[in-house]
Amino acid sequence: MNGTQSAHSHRDYTGSKIGMWLFLFTEFFLFFGPILLYSIFRFRYPQAFIEASRALDTGVGVFNTVLLLTSSLTMALAITAMQKNKKGLTLILLGATVLAGAVFLVNKYFEWGAKISHGVYPGGEALAGNTDGGAIFYGLYFFATGLHGIHVLAGMCIIIVAALMVHEGRINSKDFVKLENSGLYWHLVDVIWIYLFPIFYLIR
Amino acid sequence: MDAKETKAHIVGYPVLLAVWAALLGLTWLTVGLSGTGLGSFVIVAPFLIASVKAFLVVDYFMHLKYESGFFKYILLIVLGTVVVVVWLVYQDVAYRY
Repeated sequence: MNGTQSAHSHRDYTGSKIGMWLFLFTEFFLFFGPILLYSIFRFRYPQAFIEASRALDTGVGVFNTVLLLTSSLTMALAITAMQKNKKGLTLILLGATVLAGAVFLVNKYFEWGAKISHGVYPGGEALAGNTDGGAIFYGLYFFATGLHGIHVLAGMCIIIVAALMVHEGRINSKDFVKLENSGLYWHLVDVIWIYLFPIFYLIR
Repeated sequence: MDAKETKAHIVGYPVLLAVWAALLGLTWLTVGLSGTGLGSFVIVAPFLIASVKAFLVVDYFMHLKYESGFFKYILLIVLGTVVVVVWLVYQDVAYRY
């Protein structure tokens, strides 16, 4: 399977990547649902959504966006480095990608923590009896960013496994489709945040 | 097999750095436009800018630009499905409220 020299090793790069893309499309639709819901309720409760959004810290949102965009860059650079057979550089770049993901989640933890400590969470006292749409905004906020957070965590695990395989030589400059597919997953997580960031932090 | 593997396109470091710079620039732009009170433009602009950013990530970071046509066609099917679903859901919402 992993023998790069074996003349009989059967690898189908295109098939492998098509499988990954098809999976990513199902992931895309998973997030498309809440985003569509957001757009419907944004038109129904414009004022409540603007006020709820203003209670979110844009600075934290911008910082997290820059983090994820940069981690996407390091991931893409890691694939180029692997293709050029620069193993050490690949590992450093993958480490940077995972680190950025971890910092993103720490920020999210404090952001969620601050909201929850003020009773702002689905079923929390600050939103109890709220009928003007604020509860819907925060319901979507916690659901979408929570689901996204799980994906960040999953992406970090996948990249760590890929890095171990690079270290062992099972991913190398001749056989790197597993690294490419790990990268595709990480970039999808970034693409989803590219949409979640404006709808919760900027449309106000 | 080998012929298939050596065909892989290597995207240079400068191209990736340029895309990253563009993504940061677009983020700066979309944050700047937030809360400027330009009516429905405030809703449409972030979606348009986000879509340009997503396109850059998909095309360069995810290498779609360098993939065969098949990958582009399946993406078109997905985007077509999005249009149909949005249209149907909005029809339903308009009918109810």
